[in-house]
Amino acid sequence: MSVQQPKIDTSPKVSDEIRKTTCYMCACRCGINVHMKDGKVAYIEGNRDHPVNRGVLCAKGSAGIMQHNAPSRLRKPLKRVGPRGSGEFEEISWDEALDIAVGWLKPLHDTNPEKLAFFTGRDQSQSFTSFWAQNFGTCNYAAHGGFCSVNMAAGGIYTMGGAFWEFGQPDWDHTKLFMLFGVAEDHDSNPIKMGIGKIKARGAKVIGVNPVRSGYNAVADEWVAITPGTDGLFILALVHELMKAGKVDAQYLSRFTNAPVLIDKDTGLFLRDDNGKELVIDSVTGDLTPFDQKGVRPSLSATHEGHQTAMALMAEKYLDPQYAPEAVAETCGIPAEKIRKIAADLARVAFDEAIELDREWVDFRGETHQKMIGRPVAMHAMRGISAHSNGFQTCRALHILQIILGTVETPGGFRFKPPYPKPVEAHPKPHCKVTPGAPLDGPHLGFVRGPEDLMLKDDGTPARIDKAFTWENPMSSHGLMHMVISNAYAGDPYKIDTLFMYMANMSWNSSMNTRGVIEMLTDKDESGEYKIPRIIYSDAYSSEMVAYADLILPDTTYLERHDCISLLDRPICEADGAADAIRWPVVEPDRDVRGFQSVLVQLANKMALKGFTHEDGTAKWQDYADYIVNHERKPGIGPLAGFRGKDGKSVGRGEVNPGQLDSYIENGGFFLHHVPDEASYFKPWNAAYQDWAVELGLFDSPQPYLFQLYSEPMRKFQRAAEGHGERQPPEHLRDRLKTVMDPLPFWYAPFEDTHVDTDEYPIHALTQRPMAMYHSWGTQNAWLRQVHGRNPLYVSQKIWDEHGFEEDGWAEVTSVHGSITVPVMLQTTLNDHTVWTWNAIGKRKGAWALEEGAPEATKGFLLNHLIHELLPPKGDGLRWANSDPITGQAAWFDLRVKIEKAAAPLESQPGFAPIKSPVGRGPKDLTWKVGK
Amino acid sequence: MTTLPSSTTRKLGLVIDLDTCVGCHACVISCKGWNTENYGAPLSDQDPYGADPVGTFLNRVHSFEVKPEDSPPQLIHFPKSCLHCEDAPCVTVCPTGASYKRVEDGIVLVNETDCIGCGLCAWSCPYGARELDGAEKVMKKCTLCVDRIYNENLPEEDREPACVRTCPAGARHFGDFADPDSNVSKLTAERGGMDLMPEQGTKPVNKYLPPRQKDSWEGEVDVLAPFLAPVAEEPKGFLGWLDKTLEKL
Amino acid sequence: MHPAPSVIIFTSLSGLGFGLLTFLGLGYPDVSGWVAFVFFLIAFALAVGGLLASTFHLGHPERALKAFTQWRSSWLSREGICAVAALLVMGLYALGVVFFDQQWRLLGVLGAVLSVATVFTTSMIYAQLKSIPRWNMVVTPAMFLMFSLAGGALLGGQITAALVLLIFAAAVQLLYWQHGDGAFARAASTIGTATGLGSRGEVRAFEPPHTGTNYLLREFVHVVGRKHAQKLRVISFVLGFVLPILILFVHPGHLLALIAVLSHVAGVFVSRWLFFAQAEHVVGLYYGKR
Ligand SMILES: Nc1nc2c(c(=O)[nH]1)N[C@H]1C(S)=C(S)[C@@H](COP(=O)(O)OP(=O)(O)OC[C@H]3O[C@@H](n4cnc5c(=O)[nH]c(N)nc54)[C@H](O)[C@@H]3O)O[C@H]1N2
Ligand SMILES: Nc1nc2c(c(=O)[nH]1)N[C@H]1C(S)=C(S)[C@@H](COP(=O)(O)OP(=O)(O)OC[C@H]3O[C@@H](n4cnc5c(=O)[nH]c(N)nc54)[C@H](O)[C@@H]3O)O[C@H]1N2
Ligand code: SF4
Ligand code: SF4
Ligand code: SF4
Ligand code: SF4
Ligand code: SF4
Ligand SMILES: [Mo]
Repeated sequence: MSVQQPKIDTSPKVSDEIRKTTCYMCACRCGINVHMKDGKVAYIEGNRDHPVNRGVLCAKGSAGIMQHNAPSRLRKPLKRVGPRGSGEFEEISWDEALDIAVGWLKPLHDTNPEKLAFFTGRDQSQSFTSFWAQNFGTCNYAAHGGFCSVNMAAGGIYTMGGAFWEFGQPDWDHTKLFMLFGVAEDHDSNPIKMGIGKIKARGAKVIGVNPVRSGYNAVADEWVAITPGTDGLFILALVHELMKAGKVDAQYLSRFTNAPVLIDKDTGLFLRDDNGKELVIDSVTGDLTPFDQKGVRPSLSATHEGHQTAMALMAEKYLDPQYAPEAVAETCGIPAEKIRKIAADLARVAFDEAIELDREWVDFRGETHQKMIGRPVAMHAMRGISAHSNGFQTCRALHILQIILGTVETPGGFRFKPPYPKPVEAHPKPHCKVTPGAPLDGPHLGFVRGPEDLMLKDDGTPARIDKAFTWENPMSSHGLMHMVISNAYAGDPYKIDTLFMYMANMSWNSSMNTRGVIEMLTDKDESGEYKIPRIIYSDAYSSEMVAYADLILPDTTYLERHDCISLLDRPICEADGAADAIRWPVVEPDRDVRGFQSVLVQLANKMALKGFTHEDGTAKWQDYADYIVNHERKPGIGPLAGFRGKDGKSVGRGEVNPGQLDSYIENGGFFLHHVPDEASYFKPWNAAYQDWAVELGLFDSPQPYLFQLYSEPMRKFQRAAEGHGERQPPEHLRDRLKTVMDPLPFWYAPFEDTHVDTDEYPIHALTQRPMAMYHSWGTQNAWLRQVHGRNPLYVSQKIWDEHGFEEDGWAEVTSVHGSITVPVMLQTTLNDHTVWTWNAIGKRKGAWALEEGAPEATKGFLLNHLIHELLPPKGDGLRWANSDPITGQAAWFDLRVKIEKAAAPLESQPGFAPIKSPVGRGPKDLTWKVGK
Repeated sequence: MTTLPSSTTRKLGLVIDLDTCVGCHACVISCKGWNTENYGAPLSDQDPYGADPVGTFLNRVHSFEVKPEDSPPQLIHFPKSCLHCEDAPCVTVCPTGASYKRVEDGIVLVNETDCIGCGLCAWSCPYGARELDGAEKVMKKCTLCVDRIYNENLPEEDREPACVRTCPAGARHFGDFADPDSNVSKLTAERGGMDLMPEQGTKPVNKYLPPRQKDSWEGEVDVLAPFLAPVAEEPKGFLGWLDKTLEKL
Repeated sequence: MHPAPSVIIFTSLSGLGFGLLTFLGLGYPDVSGWVAFVFFLIAFALAVGGLLASTFHLGHPERALKAFTQWRSSWLSREGICAVAALLVMGLYALGVVFFDQQWRLLGVLGAVLSVATVFTTSMIYAQLKSIPRWNMVVTPAMFLMFSLAGGALLGGQITAALVLLIFAAAVQLLYWQHGDGAFARAASTIGTATGLGSRGEVRAFEPPHTGTNYLLREFVHVVGRKHAQKLRVISFVLGFVLPILILFVHPGHLLALIAVLSHVAGVFVSRWLFFAQAEHVVGLYYGKR
């Protein structure tokens, strides 16, 4: 048969040019190739050379073009003309906008810097925004970590000098058993997917611990359908089983952790020598000695004058039958046999299937190890365990489990990414000393070592507006952004003048108690002034929050500005290399908008803030790009580590290089510096790594340290609660602190369980991140909103049957705080007592340049209406914060609800009045194509 | 041409690994992006910012729940695009010859300038792999990225479909099924790659790798589980044991 | 399947039109001059009107000529060719009958054959689709043909033929429904085979790939309630067959004959609506819908 086929061009020209920069659709920060046609963005794909994503790109990243061109983009600075929340604005010039802002801010700087509260969302320019805030002089600065996952970050850093999150990663190439707790997406989205892909390709095993079996948990080989809020108990049962069977890595515990450190039997603090070094008994000599001496083999079981080792305390605690599988099975919703089986599997893989790499390394005691022994069990966790009021202790418990198995920083286990590992001692402490007209006395956020570091005024009241680092949440290392609006509204601990926010949708999906927050933002005092007098906000898009600000500073999109993803902040490192990256304007904005960081530079210059100004009064930098290249944190150390020095050849430390950004662009938008092979594991104790880190400028001197199974800072707070020391907690918090500040991890029921009637509210209600959406931003994306244009409430089979739900049915869901009426959908792959929905799909009518009938606004909904920032009053009449008592992390996932079948309403409830769109509406049709 | 070639030189297609796909929709969107900018008319969207957005996509990710007899239910993410069938009914039904299967590699394509938009090919496809574009009114379908896989303007390593290149989990594989040594042939053989709706007689080229056995513990648990044997019930005993172990090392 | 008016009108009208042309071609009724003109006008109006309606559902009607090229494999192409051939031949024949009082018998028979062939090819467009089991049956062409011939006879005033054909058509209709109701099950495509997961356990569609609708759902997934369908079947059957047969039986006058015709046409429309609306495409399995 003769076949005639049309001739097609199989080698069409792809684009005129590729510009390489960094994605911004989430905090993962993948490298992207932006294909340009006729000077416009035509297609975006992953950059194959990039250390983060190696060429792959997720749905959001691939849809970047629709984000960049979204009709919801703000176009010009806006001044509010209608009442707050109406969405009525007038477009003004940048000159006017900056004048208004300086008119509000300068007097505060000169007289009461703390009257400015500056809080930023999920951007990664925190080292710069905090520098700005510090120079402004206010103590009221933080980013969003307090409501996000500070439990994870702080739990990790206090225990092992680094956390999961994006600060570490499983050893994907070697692990044989991967255990994932409470993760839907995380900040490491593409790397986790790539890693799971690698594990799967090797046929290694994945265990998913999650009430919901979707996404990563759907591909997991084994599913542990845990009851929300009980992971701590489950993990400690595993610890119990492993200890009982002696399946612990004794060598590792003895050499690299504080398990052998002696605990003073009277104070519960470490026995230390005169130099402050922790003391151990050397099992070779039997002598009492500082832990780090050459040749010392610390004993795990020795006692000294009645003082026991941390290991002894742990054994006593965790061998107790209260942690036996049978004892926890019902609470956790996991059969005892299954817990046993998991413990056996962990032990088998860690010890019987141990791996060895032929790499010699030298530890901090000077001992040479011929091989790197690996325990190929890797674990990873995120908000599923941390967004509970017992999250900090649960995160610590998980690290204990990893550590007794000897899987941290060993081949096949969990590995840190530079600048981690980094002990608490190498982190700053928080600062709050405000001086009018001058900078703050140091960085705002940090890691407290004990009560002496709390941010309290002389009268014992909180120094910060968010009450971070107070007795209510002593170790709140990321601040508490979720408390700012309610505290500012209540004038508790004091009133502020201006709330300045950046990139956080606080009047909608990022707040608990959304309606309440809206009321606080719009409520006025007797004199007719808003209770929060002024609000400045920077957003790039027409979000719900825009409507509630008085002055809008419109930002560029991620393809139109300079950014730096810095080692001083949250860099893009991999376990095998230090890396940082930039964004640069691959296209110029077609609107009158400015990069927010550049606007901060301009504001600082207008106010002549100290750090931004030369001795002679002239400005140091004109814009953010100028700052990125020319700012030095310490001599030779700046925001970017690559291409430093006159010749652009220095790494980490080096003089300013005016051509630095060009070198980054030439190199694909990033810089990567490999960790040497002999330094690649055992980093906290590995001399080669320590030297490498010093050379790179991560530390000024080597910082080897011990993993903190027993936490001394926590014991110090506990001791204070027991009545010791000068700084004493208020009476109503004393008992709570005594309990929760246990220096060894333990489990307690999530607060909501003890504050509400769990018979009346028997169901757990959760949210998950959809992989194809980023919080509220995804919705303005024409492609992504077709995938997730509305969110049902997913209901377990048991609840479905009990309530007789039907397809396309609706439910009224009620918590102690409020009620919503929403569409339901059956999911059989779900813990029996759980319902959940996608996070942040529900939208306010009028926002995001969508039509008012958009399904996001009519069928979509927020679970946030059911969650309050305070728990209902208890017997004592006091209302506890709905947060972790240690770090203040918002306890989003403690939520308890009841559910009832409901008649289908016209729209999901509660409904809100539409806001007027400051940018109009998007077009009716889209036939996107750039170039011919 | 509407009649099918009696055989094709190569049999290019995809292997999709249902054991690995996490359902992230990356392949869906990168496909949309590439094909909006390349072969044929852009993939349009109607009412993109309104109440009822509807757009053309060449690849979509479903999800299914499976309830095995005696283990917990499973959720399976399920990407689906054209399977480039050997006996492609969509080709033979086409009245204009716009739909055809390429002799050299078996790719099923639509020549958009010949397409009258009758929709019959979409009716004939059991898999829902064809969508009529709402703006251009021509039939759109997966081209297996015919404008990438041979494209000399792309670096060699990029000459693979956009969806394969982007898949973060590595759940998509591209290759020649006519070659028994190709990656796709091997994967299919090793992992029991399967056809969708074989009873439809379309002989799909694309293959799906079934999910591996899951929840193996469920059966094992009470019967043969080799639980950990205790060395000690008491802290003292445990610590003593620990020190003995340490000494041995 | 989405019961689009264009395809319902197309198949119904063109079926009637070509049915009438068949009879005219065979010389029933044996007419000439103006009377013939009116008959041919009606037949052509129906056949051409139907064909035109079918082009409304084309995305690019201006390229319709291309549809004649693929007769070797495509029933749609064959239908186009047959229809044009039938119309041309019957046009020529009609010229003879109307203007020259000539019945070119051979031409007429050829035209009739082509008209029947056109209806057959139309039916095969549907009957060939394995993806739509309810159509993928031998009964489908039988039904199209019987409907066309019965309608043609009725329009052509061939009382006896119409009576017989209507009874046959009614029987085929019942057979089609009866057989069609089991077709999906017989085709053995299930959500299990569609996903290849059937052997692991019971499969259920969970989340669709998009929260809104799309071309596939609009075009292929149309769910008619069972009760609703049953009622419509009765209506269609009464209008299409019972009433016309009764009328023919009691020997109609012109007015009643007209009512019989209109009733039949209405019945055919309802039947066609059901033909589409009840047809389940296997792609619905992926969406957990049929
Ligand atoms: N129920 C429930 N609620 C939750 C959570 C949950 O799990 N469940 N999670 C919480 C957590 S962890 C977080 S981090 C928050 C996230 O909540 P938010 O931080 O509020 O997240 P977004 O909705 O993305 O809002 C960020 C804002 O940044 C804007 N933006 C986007 N790009 C740019 C840009 O380039 N420049 C500027 N200036 N602005 C930009 C967007 O338009 C948007 O208005 O939500 C919290 N809320
Ligand atoms: N695509 C996408 N990626 C994102 C984001 C996004 O919006 N979209 N947001 C980014 C942000 S700001 C953050 S903070 C991260 C959050 O990343 P994740 O921590 O992965 O986010 P969540 O979606 O909150 O997932 C929480 C998971 O924990 C489970 N879970 C809830 N309670 C429990 C419990 O008690 N125990 C266990 N074991 N599991 C539980 C939930 O079912 C869910 O799977 O994601 C980041 N990445
Ligand atoms: S994971 Fe996706 S959204 Fe996040 S940075 Fe990477 S490509 Fe962009
Ligand atoms: S990109 Fe890969 S993992 Fe994601 S949905 Fe597609 S096939 Fe599945
Ligand atoms: S999957 Fe459908 S469109 Fe693709 S070749 Fe097969 S029948 Fe044709
Ligand atoms: S829609 Fe186009 S490609 Fe499909 S059958 Fe009709 S003419 Fe052929
Ligand atoms: S091969 Fe190309 S056209 Fe086909 S689904 Fe993948 S990206 Fe889309
Ligand atoms: Mo977050």
